[in-house]
Amino acid sequence: MDESKRVRTLLELADDELVVGWRDSEWTGIAPTLEEDVAFSSIAQNEIGHARAAYELAARELGTTADELAFDRSPGEYLCSPLVQLRLLDWAQAIARRYLYEQADRARIEALMRSDDELVAGLAAKMDREEVYHRMHAELWAERLRDEPRFREAIDELQPYLDAERGSGTPLFTDLWEEMTSVRRSAPGAEW
Amino acid sequence: MIVWEVFRQEKKGKPFEHAGSIEAPDAAFAEAWAREQYGRRGESEALWIVARDAVHEVHDFPDEFDLKYRRVDGYSLKARLKEARGRVEAGADASRAR
Amino acid sequence: MTEAEFIEHLHGGGQVEAGDWMPDEYRARLVKFVQMHGSSELMGVLPEREWILRAPTLQRKLALTAKVQDEVGHAQLIFRVVEDLGKPREQCLSELVAGEAKFHNVFHYPTQTWGDVGVIAWLVDAAAIISQKALLKCSYAPYARIMKKICWEESFHILHGRDVVLTLVNGTEAQRELVQEAIDRWWGPLMQFHGTKIAANDDPMIQWRIKSQANEDARQQFLEGYVPQIRELGLTVPDPALRRRDDGVWEYTEPDWDELKAVVTGHGPRSAERLALRRRFLEQERWVREAVLAA
Repeated sequence: MDESKRVRTLLELADDELVVGWRDSEWTGIAPTLEEDVAFSSIAQNEIGHARAAYELAARELGTTADELAFDRSPGEYLCSPLVQLRLLDWAQAIARRYLYEQADRARIEALMRSDDELVAGLAAKMDREEVYHRMHAELWAERLRDEPRFREAIDELQPYLDAERGSGTPLFTDLWEEMTSVRRSAPGAEW
Repeated sequence: MIVWEVFRQEKKGKPFEHAGSIEAPDAAFAEAWAREQYGRRGESEALWIVARDAVHEVHDFPDEFDLKYRRVDGYSLKARLKEARGRVEAGADASRAR
Repeated sequence: MTEAEFIEHLHGGGQVEAGDWMPDEYRARLVKFVQMHGSSELMGVLPEREWILRAPTLQRKLALTAKVQDEVGHAQLIFRVVEDLGKPREQCLSELVAGEAKFHNVFHYPTQTWGDVGVIAWLVDAAAIISQKALLKCSYAPYARIMKKICWEESFHILHGRDVVLTLVNGTEAQRELVQEAIDRWWGPLMQFHGTKIAANDDPMIQWRIKSQANEDARQQFLEGYVPQIRELGLTVPDPALRRRDDGVWEYTEPDWDELKAVVTGHGPRSAERLALRRRFLEQERWVREAVLAA
């Protein structure tokens, strides 16, 4: 994999995982049951963990740090899918996004696991071992919600976002970015 | 919702101990949720999850007739041991005297 | 067993399990106390949750999310204990959002800066852990058992809090100021946290061996442990009367007990707003619990 393609692949992966993890973390404390709340938060943390690992690989090549890649790029520079940028505080929609995201992510991870770049393939294999449980969780819920009209509607509504072009120059992402970076920007370059 | 009892094994070789309970509609959710509540820090080697109804408690153990022979405190060897040692010493003294 | 025999059993260090006979007063006080703990964990989530989305590094993001997740996990453990005592979780949650269930004063106040995030995890959690360690000796065994897991998990929270604070005090002047300013705002509620000075002999919760530490003892333990930690960082405590006597007792300005009473009965600066948030999501997802998850 050539250098710029490698970085781009890593950043797409990292930006997706960062933003979906950021959105999923918003359910911590307000999920439908306490047991589900704990489990869902673990998924969000795993995603941020994946993002961090992917940023670290890219950071080595770019001569920067994972935090700088995660926080200090301008809003238009992120390469995440529009699907992950949506703020979805309705359970049917949140699960629909999880379900669609896991399907797409699975295809990506399987491709990366076959990469001839050892570090990228290794990272993908590690992610996959955790993603197994994310998929099980999404499928468990999708099965339960199968006959629920609001779930079916959510899937239909969200599907186009999955297929839409990557990029973050939208007001939706800018709002997310501003919130995400508000503390960090208050003292640029400082340690937190 | 069904109540599920969770038993956890901290390390290989250790027994499974009761850790708590969770509420879940079925075994699949119970597993997914117990895994996080009792294992997200890697603090458990394994978990057993059992529906509360499947656990049978036994808690009455009558011992009305004092069948102490089945326990360590049912034996008092001190006196007999003292007597036996006494005999050996007395026997040794007697031989020396002859 | 009679009530007198039950009390004798407790005073001899005896424990009580879920299926045991217990006097009505014991059960009622226990349920109220444990329910308040659960309500506090659920409400404690909300001030910190606001900062999950604004954490300034990936590590802080993860640590703060994990801390809040632990609190939800604690609520789960606690409400299971309450349910096994006869009061269903859904009823406890309804009472909470209807403003009928009390929760600790500290969770009624706003979190205004990242400095609050550090100070809460360091000092508020420290105050809570002192009480929680005392609860390890609770006569009601199911509750004492969950307190072990809770105390173990809380130990990470304090480390996280201290790490955040230390990073800030070692940072820019503005970052240092975030911590001092947060301490200045949180000191009052912290001093009220352990409650009024009821003597152990007058506290029914201690007579029933539900609590094992008098309120004032907990507060003294907090001051003894944490005032030196605050001062060694060059930070100040906003109480000119605070001093340690030669006999080891800390003197301080009498906390505002009227404020405490008003706050825990739902009149704190953020009480209504946070209960409304809880109510909104409880209602919004009722269909998930009642239809989707009904076994």
